[in-house]
Amino acid sequence: MSTLVQGPAAPGGLRRRELMEKLTGMGFALPATLLLLTTSLAPLAVLVVMAFTDYDLGNLDFKFIGLANFGKAMTDPAFRRALWNTFMYVAIVLPLAVGLGLLVAVLVHGRKRTRSFYEVVYFLPVTSTLIAMATVWTFVLHPKLGPVNALLDALGIERQAFLSDPGLVLPTLALIGVWHLAGFNMVLFLAGLTAIPKDLYEAAEVDGCANPIDRFLTITWPLLGPTTMFVIVTTSITAFKVFDTVAVMTHGGPIGASEVLLYSIYLEGFQYFHTAYAAALTVVFLAFILVFSVIQAFVLDRRTHYG
Amino acid sequence: MASVALRSISKSFDTTQVLSNIDLEIADGEFVTLVGASGCGKSTLIRIIAGLEPQSAGSVEVGGRAIDHLRPHERRVAMVFQSYALYPHMSVAANIALPLSMQRLSLWERLPLVKHLSPRRRSVTRGIAKEVDAVAAQLQIGALLARRPSQLSGGQRQRVALGRAMVRHPDVFLMDEPLSNLDAKLRVHMRSELAELHARLGATFVYVTHDQVEAMTMSDRVAMMDAGRILQLGTPSELYARPANLKVAQFIGSPAINVLPGQVDSGGRIVVAGAALPVDASLPAGSAVSVGLRPESITPLPAGHRPPRDAVSIGARLRRVENLGAEYIMHCDVDGLDGTVVTCRVSAESAPPGDGALLLAFSPFACHVFDAAGERIRVVDDASRREAVRIPGATAVPNPTR
Repeated sequence: MSTLVQGPAAPGGLRRRELMEKLTGMGFALPATLLLLTTSLAPLAVLVVMAFTDYDLGNLDFKFIGLANFGKAMTDPAFRRALWNTFMYVAIVLPLAVGLGLLVAVLVHGRKRTRSFYEVVYFLPVTSTLIAMATVWTFVLHPKLGPVNALLDALGIERQAFLSDPGLVLPTLALIGVWHLAGFNMVLFLAGLTAIPKDLYEAAEVDGCANPIDRFLTITWPLLGPTTMFVIVTTSITAFKVFDTVAVMTHGGPIGASEVLLYSIYLEGFQYFHTAYAAALTVVFLAFILVFSVIQAFVLDRRTHYG
Repeated sequence: MASVALRSISKSFDTTQVLSNIDLEIADGEFVTLVGASGCGKSTLIRIIAGLEPQSAGSVEVGGRAIDHLRPHERRVAMVFQSYALYPHMSVAANIALPLSMQRLSLWERLPLVKHLSPRRRSVTRGIAKEVDAVAAQLQIGALLARRPSQLSGGQRQRVALGRAMVRHPDVFLMDEPLSNLDAKLRVHMRSELAELHARLGATFVYVTHDQVEAMTMSDRVAMMDAGRILQLGTPSELYARPANLKVAQFIGSPAINVLPGQVDSGGRIVVAGAALPVDASLPAGSAVSVGLRPESITPLPAGHRPPRDAVSIGARLRRVENLGAEYIMHCDVDGLDGTVVTCRVSAESAPPGDGALLLAFSPFACHVFDAAGERIRVVDDASRREAVRIPGATAVPNPTR
């Protein structure tokens, strides 16, 4: 009976309740939205606008110059070199940091008692401050005082000036980047490995996947697909943002051989005070990162979700 | 096709003994179920047969030869897992084909890209596809071959898992609680389907379950396990009619057997709830025993009714009745035994009218008597006498046999 009596009154009440729910929802979302606007979106908008001006830090006024900053960037040999170096850096870091992370994860996953020990050991570089570690690496790789060259000497190999040889500096920085990133990737892969049901390995064993390679190819690698995609995206973005080691260890040298994208932006913006030009370069940098993520999401996404 | 023999299998994890001295002979083509509560070691035992777990001692033989040194895939056994363990990234066809591809293609012929270099790969995969189709047709999943496991219902996944096991034509099928993840209705259906499959394939089945109904309905023989030992091995009817152990009696049968505390009197007779059973227990006076009575062995009569000759009767009060349509399950409190509820199973027509005081009549030879350790005691084992004391008016509920 009671439902019948309430029946006609319900729509009005319902509408009011829906409105209240909507308002409450927006209320909850408001602080986060404000934060996002003031700390990310508004600065980004300012940056994009600035990229189309001729503003230098300290100037009292500026005028819009259209795409001139971007045109300049295209022909700027320093910027082109930085772009090339950055891609080279990513090309070395990405496969090594992902491959090594995966390899170590698979090996560590098989350990029982020593697992946590290895996890900590491989994760330590991630927790360290790269700026501080860069200083340590500078010493480690020092041509005269560094232990690496001492070792090469002991092995009868010629000493190398890792940081001042134009042909060696970028690979050296990339290896430090791998050292810093592989541990983090290992943890991500370990999480992915833990999520693979043990049953599948047993079924595979009964079905004839007798050796570790078969098991890896049949179960581990395909089921790590979603994890791998995530690791590739985060690793390439992190590698693309390389800055700390360059700023501390080489300052882009020798003769620009280790100049990378973020470092040129830093030079233009905060050393030469070409604020507008730096803004334009930053827009290019963001565009690359966006393209990276979109391509990877599209290419890999299609083949990796089983849900 | 092959027989399976377990010779003194023991297994311990660190210091915990999981299986102790298991001996079991399974004939070629037989359907044997390992049944027991969780933690009794039944899954460990089937995993030892599969080669997924090494035994601590003893030997597994298939077809008369020891296979302890063989890897799981070399043992000619197939396993169906409780979770089905289908490969989520492969189509149904690829799932079923995997055991064959592993057998017939070399590692190079399975590697991405490189595999296209092999000239014979094409004809081999075509042959495999044909066999997959045949198995899929048998299981009526031919229309699902292109799908991924995530797009299948529980019952369909179950069939794919069966198909993956069948495609290799193994000597022995090992099934680890394969129906546990299905809903009740589908489980009943798959039960009969599995039994039919067994009959059709003629292969040896070793089946693990904690569900006594599955054990009773499908198996040729049942091995009831507890704490790493086989308590009793026999046909379903044997386990039901002559449980060797109190635990077997309590595990097999639904509703569960009634267990009443009893004692041996000075005359060697068993006294339960004040009634003396005219049987000789051959136990010292004063020994405590447990008396098991199947719900269908008890005939409830209205109080004051004269119990039939040779029947023993005890007083009880009706607590509640479950109406199952064709039969009633009557729950009664036994007089003088506080808190002991006895269930009786009677057909709808023969349920006594009214409520309150009842007389529970049963033949002394329907009692299963167990000593303090739970072992069955021979009382009087004379089938002809048992027939003689069938209680008039009691409707026989057929034993659940196959």
